[in-house]
Amino acid sequence: MFGRLTLNAFLHDFVQTQAVVGMVVGAIALVIGLTYFKLWKTLWNDWITTVDHKRIGIMYIVVVVIMFLKGFTDAMMIRLQQMLSVGDSQGFLDAAHFQEVFSAHGTTMIFFVGMGSVFGLMNLIIPLQIGARDVAFPFINALGFWLFASGALLSLISLAVGRFSGAGWLAYPPLSSLQYSPGEGVDYWIWIVQIAGIGSTIGGINFLVTILKMRCPGMTLMRMPIFVWSCLCAVILIVLAFPILTATLAMLSLDRTIGTHFFTVDGGGNYMMYINLIWAWGHPEVYILILPMFGVFSEIVPTFSEKRLFGYASMVWALLFITFISFVVWLHHFFTMGASPYVNAFFGIATMVIAIPTGVKIFNWLFTKFRGRVHFTSPMLWFFAFLLNFTVAGMTGMLLSVPPVDFQVHNSLFLIAHFHGMVIGGVLFGFFAAFTYWFPKFTGFYLDERLNWYAFWCWLSGFLLAFMPLYMLGFMGATRRLDHYEAETGWQFLFIVVFIGAIILFCGAIIQFAGLFWSIYNRKKNWDHTNGDPWNGRTLEWSIPSPPPIYNFATIPTVNSRDPLWEIKHGGSPPAKKEYEDIYLPINTSMGCFIGLFSLFFGFAMTWQMWWLAIISFVAIIVTLIIRLSSADKHKLITAEVVKKMESDQIRSQKSYG
Amino acid sequence: MDKVEKGHSNTQLDLLHEETFTRTVFGFWLYLMTDCLLFGTLFCTYGVLYNQTAGGPSSNELFSLKLVFTETMILLLSSFSCGMALLAMLKFQKAKIIGWLMTTFVLGAAFLFLEITEFKDLIHDGHGPDRSAFLSSYFTLVGTHGLHVFFGLLWLTVMIWQVITFGVNIETFRRLVLFNMFWHLLDLVWIFIFTFVYLIGVN
Repeated sequence: MFGRLTLNAFLHDFVQTQAVVGMVVGAIALVIGLTYFKLWKTLWNDWITTVDHKRIGIMYIVVVVIMFLKGFTDAMMIRLQQMLSVGDSQGFLDAAHFQEVFSAHGTTMIFFVGMGSVFGLMNLIIPLQIGARDVAFPFINALGFWLFASGALLSLISLAVGRFSGAGWLAYPPLSSLQYSPGEGVDYWIWIVQIAGIGSTIGGINFLVTILKMRCPGMTLMRMPIFVWSCLCAVILIVLAFPILTATLAMLSLDRTIGTHFFTVDGGGNYMMYINLIWAWGHPEVYILILPMFGVFSEIVPTFSEKRLFGYASMVWALLFITFISFVVWLHHFFTMGASPYVNAFFGIATMVIAIPTGVKIFNWLFTKFRGRVHFTSPMLWFFAFLLNFTVAGMTGMLLSVPPVDFQVHNSLFLIAHFHGMVIGGVLFGFFAAFTYWFPKFTGFYLDERLNWYAFWCWLSGFLLAFMPLYMLGFMGATRRLDHYEAETGWQFLFIVVFIGAIILFCGAIIQFAGLFWSIYNRKKNWDHTNGDPWNGRTLEWSIPSPPPIYNFATIPTVNSRDPLWEIKHGGSPPAKKEYEDIYLPINTSMGCFIGLFSLFFGFAMTWQMWWLAIISFVAIIVTLIIRLSSADKHKLITAEVVKKMESDQIRSQKSYG
Repeated sequence: MDKVEKGHSNTQLDLLHEETFTRTVFGFWLYLMTDCLLFGTLFCTYGVLYNQTAGGPSSNELFSLKLVFTETMILLLSSFSCGMALLAMLKFQKAKIIGWLMTTFVLGAAFLFLEITEFKDLIHDGHGPDRSAFLSSYFTLVGTHGLHVFFGLLWLTVMIWQVITFGVNIETFRRLVLFNMFWHLLDLVWIFIFTFVYLIGVN
């Protein structure tokens, strides 16, 4: 009846119990809160069933925040263990639990925090920047979100029911094979990633069509804001890379369930093939995370330098070049595989070549600031932190791309320091920059600048303390995923420094939360009175009120330059007044949420091998899809008069508040 | 976009349908390309593991071209009838659409039946997917195609029901176009399987 699931799955040690209790208390508090404030109906009507890209974007960000807390806690546990577990002391985690913690940390941070922030930003910003009222497939977009959310929920469930995978965030075989990981952990990992990954694929298709088919009149490809360009490159990568992940995970799961021999040690299987396949997806994946953040900085730097972006065309070509090259460097993740020197040399050189377009971008940002009027607002601070850390980490990456050097520092903490510099210094700081930059657009008020300033210094100093010693430790021979080491190594002092750095980072995160709540509480003081253009912006999203009305643009704009709003504000002819028109918008649907829910059941059932539940939930997914896809298109109508009234009301409330 | 500015609501709804059509067809093309990549990954795997028979039978001991040729012809014919259904729809001939779609269904089901028989015989003889890496990749590649055909048949059932209930309108037309794209792609993938797995395999 319950497959492999027995009561043992609910027995936990002290550390895990705390996490479970925390989660359950949180969930109960949420339910009580929603009931007390009578918010269930709002939650259902305005959020769960919504197909509005802005609300879906905000829901992505909410999931990101929750998963970020989980991933951050994992990180703190890793560093605490490494600080304590020296010589005779074994620390507070046993080896098996430690493995699960670092596997969960990587999975959470890449698949949920990274991908979630990319999709969140794409949802929020792309339609507004290209002058569109919606995305190409609103239902598919919602479905993509709900699959993402159910993957996230399944990973939270894995905390409470049974154990998570201990095979690392990419679950290399043979460790992840049935022989060496017989438990449910790797199956949890497979289904968490599979469900979220399918969500990403369909989300990618949606945005590719949106960007190519739904730009407003006059917005040629070479007039698109760079953020849209960077997202276009990222979704091309998503569409090309995620099917490989889907197939690879399916094969690993077949190996584990029906005894095939793709990646097994016996029966003619080849586990290095898994590592090749997973990185053929995995390398493009890291560019999927970083490219949109390059786009974010390409929006922020011109705005706060009051200058047009330097080298727009070179920026675009650099993006496209990176997109292309990212598919021919995957082997640099395992130079030690034993490929011939010629193969390693090819992949090493291809990797180094990526430094050229990246360098082009960095110099373009610097030249944009040159002789500009630079404002030191918080998005700009995150840009400086990014510039410093990303450049340093990029250069250590260049070191790693040299195969003989890689042989020395492969799988050491040097590598960890390198890629955390890329994902924290690049992706996370990019996300923070985007969050502070576009926050007023979706709320109508600024985030508190002073608290942002404190958070920024915590993150910058904490990051340097937490990760620079890792470079040294790597050179001293400390490997990654180390749960214990001897006192004679002399590493403990550096690990203590690293943990202090982690605490400072944690303080930064706490200050950001405090800042968010303080800004909401104090919103009157931070109100944006400019009717939607708080930063003296350049692109279309700042030309509409904040928060944007449900239809985004009352009249579809026509653009004839790269910085349409800036041109209008600086002597360009104002846009011709267009008549308000009737607007059709897609109606809400609960089908996306239901399919997400059934997918959650399906993933859970497959993990625990409850075949009856797996079959029922799979049939439920298919039936729901058929019902949705074969029903007639329905739209709600907002008449021109209503649009006119909504526009004037919004402008009045924006100006008068506070 | 000129139409919008002149716009009264009816033209705007038409425009909406027109836009939905082009977007959906384009989006579905992209989906098909992701599907191609999925098959591409499985083809690569098959190529790598082709010789890894682990002491078990190799491809020329297992495959019979006669059966596979029949399967191929059936699938090609089903693609033809599916195209005919679309042509009938352009002429608003409801009965013909349903007839051709049903032909497609029968042919597709026959294909699937033959494939399942082949799989059953192989497994019965002890040559199942767990025998060797070669057979794992063979079953997965061909089976994934079979799974697509199965979902195609499911889609076809819904399609026939839709044409019966709603007749020919912008939505059923769009859906039949998408179905045609899907079905033809399966045909194309099968040609590759026929060539790389079976034709090369028996020699």
